[in-house]
Amino acid sequence: MTLLEVFQSLEEMWIGEAIRTSYWLFPFIEAIHLVGLALLGGTVLVVDLRLLGLTLRSRPATQVLLNARPYFVLALVTMFATGIPLALSEMIKLYYNFSWWVKISTLGIAILFTFFVRNPMVLRDRASNVTLAGIGLVSLVLWFTVAGAGRWIGFS
Amino acid sequence: MYPYIETTHVIALTLFVGTLAIVDLRMLGFAYRSTPISTISQSILPWTVVGFIIMFVTGVLLFYAIPVRTYHSVWFRIKVIMIVLAAINAAHYHYRISKNRVLWDSAPRPPRSVRLTAATSLFLWIVVIFSGRMIAYNWFDCDRPQPDWVITVAGCVIDEVATL
Repeated sequence: MTLLEVFQSLEEMWIGEAIRTSYWLFPFIEAIHLVGLALLGGTVLVVDLRLLGLTLRSRPATQVLLNARPYFVLALVTMFATGIPLALSEMIKLYYNFSWWVKISTLGIAILFTFFVRNPMVLRDRASNVTLAGIGLVSLVLWFTVAGAGRWIGFS
Repeated sequence: MYPYIETTHVIALTLFVGTLAIVDLRMLGFAYRSTPISTISQSILPWTVVGFIIMFVTGVLLFYAIPVRTYHSVWFRIKVIMIVLAAINAAHYHYRISKNRVLWDSAPRPPRSVRLTAATSLFLWIVVIFSGRMIAYNWFDCDRPQPDWVITVAGCVIDEVATL
């Protein structure tokens, strides 16, 4: 089975079919995806801007992270719960869509980086300010690439 | 050019609504409970303002790219009304509710009136995001057959229908 055939059979699943045949479903799920984006972006920004020393400097970075984390996870779950059905409704289009491949691969890197590099480094609280600033910058670039490439799926 | 402005508009959403959501979550007593509300506001709201300016500038540009259709969009009209309501809510908080902030600035769970404005703010901005995204869809456009209520709400004009 080639990758394209996998994508084809995913598109033929009932969930994608239901979204394609509905007038309202795609836009509705897409709008929730955008609300999730706002929360995801906010929780990423508050931590990364703190790491860069650009907000909440009077508060320890660990505390800023621990308070934002539950809402970051909530936002991420929302993004998957809405993003997967959206993707299933147009898998073949996405197969040929360069922006989507950029988005998905960057998303994988961003998630790994956040949970296995950024968060542990911040919570261990041993890294220098310069290192933390670098981590914040990488995180921002990764997540905003995901967002930008995601929006671009609709244009390309 | 349009896709770049549109993408900037969407990305600025994280800066504007995203950072505002952090402040609202604090005012609801859901996050940063040990940090005074004034600290969160002073530190985060400047970023919210930057986000709002980007949203507003790109939003105006997007409007001018497709002015007639957008002006008659039911969703655009809902969006503008919700933004006005959100502004009133913000002003109400700023000029009335926050007057006695010293009394509850450090409270993990602020008084009801404060939580209510925060919840109202979150709700209104979510509706703004929803209706904003829906502008792209043509269900209620004047150039399609529409029920009377849509023609009224969208302000469809017969002459303009011909030019669309």
